[in-house]
Amino acid sequence: MNIPMKKFFASFVFVVVFAGYALSHYLDNSSAAYAVQNAASPAGPSVQIADTGTVAQITSPTPLSPAQPSPAVPASATPMPAAPAPVPQNQGQYVDGTYTGFAANAYYGNVQIQVTVSGGKIADVAFLQYPSDRSTSRYINDQAMPILKSEAIQAQSAQVDGVSGASDTSAAFQQSLASALAQAKS
Amino acid sequence: MGMPVSVEISDASASRESLEKTFDYFRYVDRVFSTYKKDSEISRINRKELQPSEYSTDMQLIFDLAEESKRLTEGYFDIRTPEGIIDPSGIVKGWAINNAAELLRSLGHQNFYVEAGGDIQTSGKNADGKEWRIGIRNPFNRQQIVKVVYPRGKGIATSGIAVRGSHIYDPHTERPVEVSMASLTVIGPNVYEADRFATAAFAMGENGVNFIEQLEEFEGYQIDGKGTAIMTHGFEQYTYDQGD
Repeated sequence: MNIPMKKFFASFVFVVVFAGYALSHYLDNSSAAYAVQNAASPAGPSVQIADTGTVAQITSPTPLSPAQPSPAVPASATPMPAAPAPVPQNQGQYVDGTYTGFAANAYYGNVQIQVTVSGGKIADVAFLQYPSDRSTSRYINDQAMPILKSEAIQAQSAQVDGVSGASDTSAAFQQSLASALAQAKS
Repeated sequence: MGMPVSVEISDASASRESLEKTFDYFRYVDRVFSTYKKDSEISRINRKELQPSEYSTDMQLIFDLAEESKRLTEGYFDIRTPEGIIDPSGIVKGWAINNAAELLRSLGHQNFYVEAGGDIQTSGKNADGKEWRIGIRNPFNRQQIVKVVYPRGKGIATSGIAVRGSHIYDPHTERPVEVSMASLTVIGPNVYEADRFATAAFAMGENGVNFIEQLEEFEGYQIDGKGTAIMTHGFEQYTYDQGD
């Protein structure tokens, strides 16, 4: 028996919380500003460094199920790349210097994090080793490549039906970061 | 798989039954291939509890597809880590979405949207009768999109180093994490193809977009660590609605 309906939509969310991660939330199309449900800060999810210094935890509540995959994206006045996030808590617990985490394995290669601490706070986090040291693809490197068009990315204010973005967990990033921070603890 | 799945059917014939069948399929994929589930087949394989001759049909298929992908990408696509752990999620995601799309077609649907973990396959038109419009996420700010594309039935997948929900900055310098490449979005014949080549090309660093450029039927949009995007020659055709 058919129930006539113009459109039927539902989404099903697999939620996996793994080693302190939480899945990111979908954008809510009913608000101009983003409904970021994080009690810690209105500016966005914050990175909290746990007291043990071994796991960087992303605090974000359980993800919203979108009523409709059409987020409203406000135009951004800030230049790309985008806005800062709050500094991690427990400021001043790190000794100034530059620390390198171990090379943690992401399935596409190794990820190694270098942390710079200044004034007792994390001043910079950089990737040192990426991607893997695969020695193949001489063909790719030797070919004379055409010049491809480039542009500075800019926030778009259009309504869309969905968003494509990377969802890699980057456990390797967190592991390497944690090992660098463990060295930096005072 | 362990990631959010979204399905929308915009046909008049859309039904809860079709949606449930689609979600059932994703639940099945999760049971078999999720590295987060201790009793999944892939977890058992990683614990050496199964011989290759005992692999399920779909598992064997994934292994075969992974081998082919590795060959096509000169080794950049590899489901085996240097430590010997097998993680096929770089190919399972696109493969599963592609199968879900086929399932929906077999159920008689022509207008739909299927997404898992940022990879998307659309067909036909949205509920407003217009081309499906997809945003490319800003890899530095998940609240924003930086490009709008109209895949027109092609598959779209994005690979990148996205640390979920976290940005690490000093608020005084306001500098983001410096990365080699932040993301690579690939539009390909279907989402399975787009996914495996996005996965492989992202591992090539700055040469990823060049690899996509020399592939027929694939277009790419690569964003580097400083927020500069490079696109393949045919990419811009997807950035506007051609109209009917």
